[in-house]
Amino acid sequence: MIEERTKLIHAFGALAELGQEVANKNNFQETIRTSLHLLSGALGIMRGGVARYSRFGHELNMLAVRGLGDDFPLSLSLCLEDERQFLTNGLNVIETQAARVLPFFQVYDTSFTSRHIELFVPLIIRDEIVGAAFLGEKATGEPYTGYEKEIICAMGRHIGVAISQRNLMAEIERHAEENRKLFDDLRMTYKDTVKAFATAIDCKDKYTEGHSVRVGKYSEIIAAELEWTPDQIEGAATAGYLHDVGKLTVERKIINAPYRINAKESAELNKHPAVGFEILQPIHHPYTDVPLAAKYHHERLDGRGYPDGLYDREIPYIAKIVNLADSFDAMTTDRPYKARRPAAEVVDDLKRNVGKQFAPELVTAFLRGMLRELTGDTKDRRFRRLLGREYMEAEGIVPMLRSTLNELTPTSPLTYISPMSDSGTSI
Amino acid sequence: MIADNNFDAVAHGVSQPAVVTAGDYLNKLSGEKIERECKDKIDAGATELVVDFSQTEVINSIGISILLGVIDNARNAGAKIIFSDLNEESAELFETLGLMRHVSVA
Repeated sequence: MIEERTKLIHAFGALAELGQEVANKNNFQETIRTSLHLLSGALGIMRGGVARYSRFGHELNMLAVRGLGDDFPLSLSLCLEDERQFLTNGLNVIETQAARVLPFFQVYDTSFTSRHIELFVPLIIRDEIVGAAFLGEKATGEPYTGYEKEIICAMGRHIGVAISQRNLMAEIERHAEENRKLFDDLRMTYKDTVKAFATAIDCKDKYTEGHSVRVGKYSEIIAAELEWTPDQIEGAATAGYLHDVGKLTVERKIINAPYRINAKESAELNKHPAVGFEILQPIHHPYTDVPLAAKYHHERLDGRGYPDGLYDREIPYIAKIVNLADSFDAMTTDRPYKARRPAAEVVDDLKRNVGKQFAPELVTAFLRGMLRELTGDTKDRRFRRLLGREYMEAEGIVPMLRSTLNELTPTSPLTYISPMSDSGTSI
Repeated sequence: MIADNNFDAVAHGVSQPAVVTAGDYLNKLSGEKIERECKDKIDAGATELVVDFSQTEVINSIGISILLGVIDNARNAGAKIIFSDLNEESAELFETLGLMRHVSVA
């Protein structure tokens, strides 16, 4: 009686510990190893193993073994008949000697006999085989009692749940990975489509060939200088690529007019932001505000822009970025009625229009990016690639950028950029 | 009681009998330490291995499982296991679970 009570208390202690072990987010292999220890130790079982079932390979693959020796198979195959019988049996103990009619016990009879495997427990959770426990002889040398088999089933259920949870996690991870790949593919397709659109827009205007692509790249530079996240930077680039999509509906002769267009033609051309918005708005973009950038990229802080004459804070931030990029490209490329302007003149123009057309922090970010490239603070060659080396390295541009940045940025001894300094910031 | 009662936490090499001392709580951590020590001693040629439980108060299921592994390994290597200084509860538990059938008690 006392012996039975000791046994019961000990087994319940093991069951409680097993529940805790399975609930903890420990290493899965370690959890299974500990579970086997607890099962063996609860009832004084000399040897055993716990395996996970692979539905695809129809195999039981050993996760943990104790005292089974090196020659015990680490992977055991099941046939359909075995699977069917185990599922019918449910999570109940099978005595290996009594189950020899099943192919599984015939195939592995030698291994089971040599290692004294007396019990086999299919771990079945939610009508699925998730694994199995193999249990050898008891240290007492006595046969397993009914009560001990119940303890084994209770502990087996815990182990089965641990394996099932692990399988579910692996499945979720696999799905997440597949989704990530699909998302990446979609994103690439989106990016390619955006670039194709940009090229199509630019094809319409022989004088401003490459304009949309450049505006996209300048917008990207500004967003990067503002230390936006990679997604936000990509969104800014996309907004730049697509800002003139509305021009696809404007007559080619107006876009390509080799003269200053008249008021009627101008009114026609000025519809392109609203048309662009109409085109982009129904599309589900991975980045917000792309349609708004198309609609408001001709707005100015002083309210003198179009189509709605919005003021400063009424203008979406992305539209302010694209406006700056667009204006910069317009000034730095040859137009049918106007040659490109020298870099110094462009910088001066940007500075003069701060607060009128352009947001100060955006001009600061853009010019800082330019200065960093020219002084070698960054290895990027974005401006040189877009504008040409000679244009960008015009004499006096670096000191001019430094003095402009000092004027635009609230100065302190720490932010002042010496016009004579070769590197960026100096005291 | 073993004649040479000079047990401590450090293994005593391969002098016969080799002695390994269990801590106050025989669980996974301390059990694995004992398992390693026993294996090292048997690998070094010990044919008699004494596990000293004089400091041991509690043994959980993992500890039992590890001791069963120690017994099995020793038997496979032809070595004899002796459990010494067991308290009453541990002796009862070992008896109930059948460990006593495989070891000598000192």
